[in-house]
Amino acid sequence: MTKKRSLMRSIAAAPHVFWAVLFIVLPLLIVAYYAFTDADGAFSFENILSLADYADIFLLSLELSVIATLVCFVIGYPLAYIIARSKPRTQKLFIMLLMLPMWTNLLIRTYSIMAILDDGGFLNQLLNTELHIIGTKGAVIFGMVYDFLPYMVLPIYTCISKIDKHMWEAASDLGCTPVRVITKVIFPLSLSGVISGITMVFVPSISTFYISQKLGGGTFELIGDTIERQFVTGALNTGAAISFVMMILIMISLTVMNRFGDSDEGGIIV
Amino acid sequence: MTYVTYHDIFCTCSCVRKNKADEEGNSKEMAKLIELRGISKSYDGEKVIDNMDLYIRDKEFITLLGPSGCGKTTTLRIIGGFESADEGELYFDGAEISNVPAYKRQVNTVFQKYALFPHLNVYENIAFPLRIQKVKENEIRERVTEMLKMVALSGFENKSVSTLSGGQQQRVAIARALVSHPRVLLLDEPLGALDLKLRKDMQNELKSIQQAIGITFIYVTHDQEEALSMSDTIVVMADGEIQQIGTPTDIYNEPKNAFVADFIGESNIIDGVMLADKKVKFARHTFECVDGGYAKGEAVDVVIRPEDVDVVPKERGMLTGRVTAVTFKGVHYEIIVDIDGFKWMIQSTDYVAPEEDIGVYIEPDAIHIMKKSKYSGKFGDYSSFSDEIDQLSDADAAEEF
Repeated sequence: MTKKRSLMRSIAAAPHVFWAVLFIVLPLLIVAYYAFTDADGAFSFENILSLADYADIFLLSLELSVIATLVCFVIGYPLAYIIARSKPRTQKLFIMLLMLPMWTNLLIRTYSIMAILDDGGFLNQLLNTELHIIGTKGAVIFGMVYDFLPYMVLPIYTCISKIDKHMWEAASDLGCTPVRVITKVIFPLSLSGVISGITMVFVPSISTFYISQKLGGGTFELIGDTIERQFVTGALNTGAAISFVMMILIMISLTVMNRFGDSDEGGIIV
Repeated sequence: MTYVTYHDIFCTCSCVRKNKADEEGNSKEMAKLIELRGISKSYDGEKVIDNMDLYIRDKEFITLLGPSGCGKTTTLRIIGGFESADEGELYFDGAEISNVPAYKRQVNTVFQKYALFPHLNVYENIAFPLRIQKVKENEIRERVTEMLKMVALSGFENKSVSTLSGGQQQRVAIARALVSHPRVLLLDEPLGALDLKLRKDMQNELKSIQQAIGITFIYVTHDQEEALSMSDTIVVMADGEIQQIGTPTDIYNEPKNAFVADFIGESNIIDGVMLADKKVKFARHTFECVDGGYAKGEAVDVVIRPEDVDVVPKERGMLTGRVTAVTFKGVHYEIIVDIDGFKWMIQSTDYVAPEEDIGVYIEPDAIHIMKKSKYSGKFGDYSSFSDEIDQLSDADAAEEF
């Protein structure tokens, strides 16, 4: 009987396994293949070793994405907390407002920000100023925060709204001021949501290329831009090598982070 | 200060309660620790507590008892500081605390579902209130260890609370609530989630903890047996109002109205008429009783407990009837008897057969007379008697809040 059941399970899982192999495992293997071969297809460490040249770009990417993630957290946590603590109807409204921009394509949104912040854009016209925003680090960080904020808010919101409402009462009963209720009980209990949120903002931020291209006004090159340039110019092996190393670095940092989250749910990756 | 409580007017028992305390002459025992004056609370326009007056003495074990929706949990939450009353004042040790937030009150709560902190282990859960108060580390260790010993959980320090059984979680919750030495412990149906055997053990344990540490326990339950076996004082509530306040024996032997009589134990409640002091007529028969002070010809409710009715041969009975159902309950048989169309419940250790005609005999002191109230005629008739219905309604009550 168990045999029959496991057969049924295999059949049910087959499409997913097929999908995963075709679109996840196989592409990863191809990336790895290109990363460790030269243009003629011979095995080589050349690509990996040449990555030292990109250290500055990588550090800049890291700097901007870490700042963007922090800003997202600082804005996102209180927002998620307020939403989770409001009435069910208000919650639905807030979540919808939060999701609404995501119904628009990311590229279109980024172009819109450009139109607003540009030197002769809406903002400058409105204020009758000549603020130079596009092309600064601030613009890139703003773009990242704007695009990825919902990915910070949603997991934290989900996590806080699942916390037993008696936790607030118990903490307050045992002597916690309203602030301490949050710092001593609610924040620790929502840590898995925070980890997920940080992951979901940090990963796309560090590897983005269109935000830096459009809002950076061509003055920045982030690691995502570099990878894109390699592939566009046909340097497949270098592009693959950078992608591969990035992936490894991200996986390592996520594993470390998930240690902090140490929870059976909420940790999205690893 | 002139202040007349609801139960002063409505329930003579509260006077009994005061007099008793006076007689004892123990002023420490008598001290009012918590006082509710004219407390009212509504949710969405529906009154859950209606102009309630109540005082709670220092060091007593007091139980708020009532069915689902009677306002007992809300009362507890107002005392705990989790809800604020719409009207009325709350006093603690003589000072008004109506607007004092929960974290400043010397009152701790054991929540219905324990509300232990899942991110902390057993030790840290109990240490939590002490850490908030910035107590020194070695004192924390001392006090937590002492608490763990009291609730018989020594050696569980490093366990995660999610791995504990319901009973163990319960003990951690009690230890956590007591470690900061509150003046009052509030318990909101704390045994509701435990199985029967464990419940009985915990009842005894709670009572002995209360006596050992000598603080006030305010206990909320819908389980009358629990209330009877643990409390110094029981407050019976229904429809947001206090029905009766008294010791368990008072409440059981001298219920104030049909609601209390029915809610506390099984009762046959029959319409009667007082013919004179100590003479009451019901079921077309005149009985000697021990109660007086009613007007001649006043309509009253007569309560007779099922265990106080004696089954006798038909010829010797004061009343006669036909047995309609017999259920074996272990200690006794539960017999439903149809007497002139009114179904009585009788508990007897002697077996009688269904459809048998029997006589019943009632001693004068088994008859308790109550004034008519809005609950008259609603309770105390076993014509729709069924064990299952009884259990179903109990389960409902457990769902409260």
